Amino acid sequence: MIAEAGLAALWLAAAMALLQLVGGLTLLRGGAGQLAPLVKPAAYMQGALCAFAFFALMWLFYVTDLSVLLVASNSHIDKPMIFKLAGTWGNHEGSMLLWVAVMSVSGAAIALLEKRIEAKTLYATLAVQGFIALGFFAFLLFASNPFERLVPAPLEGAGLNPLLQDVGLAFHPPTLYMGYVGLSIAFSFAVGALLTNQVGPAFARAMRPWVLAAWIFLTIGIAAGSYWAYYELGWGGWWFWDPVENASLMPWLAATALLHSVSVLATRNALRAWTIMLALVAFAMSMAGTFLVRSGILTSVHAFAVDPERGAFILALMLMYTSIAFVIFALRIGTVKQGEPFQLVSREGGIVANNIFLSVILAIVLIGTLYPLAAEAMGDKISVGPPYFNKATVPVMLLLMLALLIGPMLRWRRDALMRIKYWLIGGAAILLCGGLVAWRLAPGTGLFPLLGIALSLALAVAAWLPLRGRKLLRTPLPIFGMVIAHFGIAVSVFGMAAESGFSKETLTALAPGESAEISGWKVRLSDVKPVVGDNWVAVEGEMLANKNGNSFVMRPQSRHFFKPEMQTSEAALLTRWNGQLYAVIAQPDQEGDGRWQVRLWWKPFVTFIWFGGGLIALGGAISLFGRMFRRARKPAINKWEPA
Amino acid sequence: MNKPWFLWIPLAVVAFIGGLAIYGLAVPKDDQVHSAMIGKKLPAFSLPAATAGVPALSSADMADGKPRLLNIFASWCLPCKAEAPHLETLKAAGVEIDAIAVRDKPEDVAAFLAEFGNPFRRIGSDTEMAVQLKLGSSGVPETYVIGGDGTILFQHIGDIRAEHVPMLIEKVNAAK
Repeated sequence: MIAEAGLAALWLAAAMALLQLVGGLTLLRGGAGQLAPLVKPAAYMQGALCAFAFFALMWLFYVTDLSVLLVASNSHIDKPMIFKLAGTWGNHEGSMLLWVAVMSVSGAAIALLEKRIEAKTLYATLAVQGFIALGFFAFLLFASNPFERLVPAPLEGAGLNPLLQDVGLAFHPPTLYMGYVGLSIAFSFAVGALLTNQVGPAFARAMRPWVLAAWIFLTIGIAAGSYWAYYELGWGGWWFWDPVENASLMPWLAATALLHSVSVLATRNALRAWTIMLALVAFAMSMAGTFLVRSGILTSVHAFAVDPERGAFILALMLMYTSIAFVIFALRIGTVKQGEPFQLVSREGGIVANNIFLSVILAIVLIGTLYPLAAEAMGDKISVGPPYFNKATVPVMLLLMLALLIGPMLRWRRDALMRIKYWLIGGAAILLCGGLVAWRLAPGTGLFPLLGIALSLALAVAAWLPLRGRKLLRTPLPIFGMVIAHFGIAVSVFGMAAESGFSKETLTALAPGESAEISGWKVRLSDVKPVVGDNWVAVEGEMLANKNGNSFVMRPQSRHFFKPEMQTSEAALLTRWNGQLYAVIAQPDQEGDGRWQVRLWWKPFVTFIWFGGGLIALGGAISLFGRMFRRARKPAINKWEPA
Repeated sequence: MNKPWFLWIPLAVVAFIGGLAIYGLAVPKDDQVHSAMIGKKLPAFSLPAATAGVPALSSADMADGKPRLLNIFASWCLPCKAEAPHLETLKAAGVEIDAIAVRDKPEDVAAFLAEFGNPFRRIGSDTEMAVQLKLGSSGVPETYVIGGDGTILFQHIGDIRAEHVPMLIEKVNAAK
C-alpha cells in the first residue's frame, strides 16, 4: 500500500507542476491570470506530495519490503540499518526521487518566502521551476519508477555494491544532488528574470542564497567524494581527473564564478548578462554531470551507476532545457540594459578576473572530458588523463590565486594599486620567501608545487586582510564567511601542493616479522590474519609503525564481499599533524613464499586538502547564515557584502 | 532590433556537445584495445616447445606460404578451456593452428592437451610473455589470422565461440 501511495503522490505532484507551468505562463502571456492564484498553492502541494513520496520510499527501505523491486535489488535483510536507510538514495531511482523531492520542496519554499522580486518575476520563476520538475517527473514515472513491485518477492535481497557501503559515501551523491538542485533554482530565477526583464539587484539578491547553498553542498560533496576515493580505492590519490569527478567539478567551477558575479550584480548592478549566462551554464553543467554518470558514455571508475537508456532520457531533458534557455538568452538579453560601469583596477575588476580564470578552467576541463568522445567520433581512441589536466589547469589556478591575493583588498568602482602598495610588497615578500624556503628544503621539487606552496602561504595571510580596520563585532557575517572561505583555499592548495610535490611511496613484499622504511617511518608487518564482518571476510595485516620512538598500530585490510561478490582494499591511515602514513595490503606474493604485497605512502599535509575544503564550505555556511539572519532582522539594504 | 550573432554561440556549443553525446550513446561501445601490429609482419621470435611431443614454434615456421591461425592460450585460463572444442572444429575444417602457451609449465600444458585435445600443429612456450607483448596481445585467449608470408591479418580478442568459427574459416581461406 505504501508503495502505491508513494506512486500516486508522484503522479499528483506532476499534475501540480503542470498547473504551476500553465498558471505562470498564462500570466506571462498577458492573460487574465485566473489561474495565477493557484500557482503558489500548487507549489506547496507539489513540495508536500514529493516529500511524502520520498519518506514512503524510505519507509519501504526501513522495513525492507522485498516485494518492491528497488528494495529487493539494493538492500539485504542482513544490512546494517544505516545502509538500509542510505539505500533509499544509494541507487538510481531513489536518488532521482530525492532530487525531485528536494527540488519541489525548494520550489514551495520560494513560493512561500520570496518577497523581494516582483510578483510577475516570481510567477515566471515558478513556471520555469514547474517546467523543469515536469521533465524529471516524466523521467521518474516512465523510465525509473522507484515504487515498482516485484512478484514473487525474494527472500533476502541482492545487497548494495560494497564499495558504496560506506558512511561517507552514503551522503556523497545526495550532497551533490542538493547542489545540482540549488543550481536548477538559480536557473529558474535567471530565466524568470529574463522573461520579465527584471535582471537587476533585487533578482540577484533573491537568487544568491540558492547559489550559495548549492555551492556549499557541491563543495562538501566534492571534498567528501575525494576523501572517499582516497581511502577506499586504495590508490593513494585524491583526484584522478576521472570523467565523473570532472562532472562534479564543472558545476562547482561555474557556481563559484556565479557566486562572485551575482554579488557584483546585487551590490553594484553590474555584470548583468554575464550573471544570467553563468546561471544557465551552471545548471547545464549539473545536468551534464548527471548525464555523464548515468549514461556510461565515458569510461570511468563510477561505472556502477550506468544505464544508457536513462542516459538518453537525461540527455534529452538536458538538451531541451539548455537549448530553450539559450534561445531565450539570445532573444532577450538584448533587452537587458548595460549595468553600472567600473574601471579595470577595482573590486569588480578583481571579480571579473576571478570569473575569467574560473571559466577558462571550466573550458579546459570540459574539453578534456569530452575530447575522447570527439576523438572516437573521428575514429581514434584516446583517453585524456592527469598529464593534460594538470599541465593545463594548474597554471590558471595559480593565476586565480594571484588574483585572489589582490582582488578582495580593492575598492569598488575604481581603485589604485598604489594605495595598497605596502600590502603588495609584503605579499610579494612572503611569496618569494615561501618559494625559496620550500626550494631549499626540497631542491628537486617541481615548479608547480613550489609556486602552489608559496602562493598558499601568501594567501593564508592575505585572506584575513579584508578584516583589517574593521570593528570585528560589527563586521557582517558574510565578510567573515568570505575570509574563512579564502583562507580555506590557501589551506587546501597548500595540502595539494605538498602532497603532489613531496609524497614518498614504496611497494614491497613483506613476510610477517619483516620491515620496510619510508620517510623516517619504520613499518613492521607483525601479523596477517583473517577477519570477518557482516557481509565480508578479509585478510588483515597488523603493522607497527615507528618513528622517533613512538609506535602506532595500523590494520589495513583486503576485503572480500560476498553480496555481491567483490574485492576491496581498506587502507589503514595513520594521521599526524604534518601528514598521513597510508598503508595498503594486497595479495599474497606470487612466489608462494609467505610474503604479502604491501604498499606504503608518506603524504605530507595531505589532510589539509579536505580540511581546507571544509573551511571553504564553512565560510559559505557562515555567509548564508549571516544573510538569512540579516534578512530576518531588517530588509536588505543596498550596501555591498560578499556572497 | 538587430541582435549580435555571438549571442547564439552558447546554443551552438550546446548543439555541438549534444551531438557528441548522441553519437556517444548511439555508437556501441568498444572497449577492446586492438593490436597495433595488424597488417605488419610477425615480429621475429623463436620459442621452445611448450611440452614434450609437440614441436616448438618460431616466426620462420609460420612464413611457409600457408595461412593459418595463431592461438594464444594458457592452461590456467578458463576461457581457453571453453574455446577448445571450437578450435577442434576449426581443425576439422582443415584450418592449421599454431599456438603460444603463455606463462605455463610443460606438465600443465600436457595435462591441458590430454583433457581438451590437441588441435595445434606447433606450440611455443612464452614464459615471460615477451612474444605475446610483441604481438600486441593483452590477454588470453586471443587468436590471430597469419598470412602465408607471415603477415598479421586479423586479431580476435577473447574466446572463440561457435558463431566465430565460420568467420575465422573464411578469413583463413581468403588469405590463401
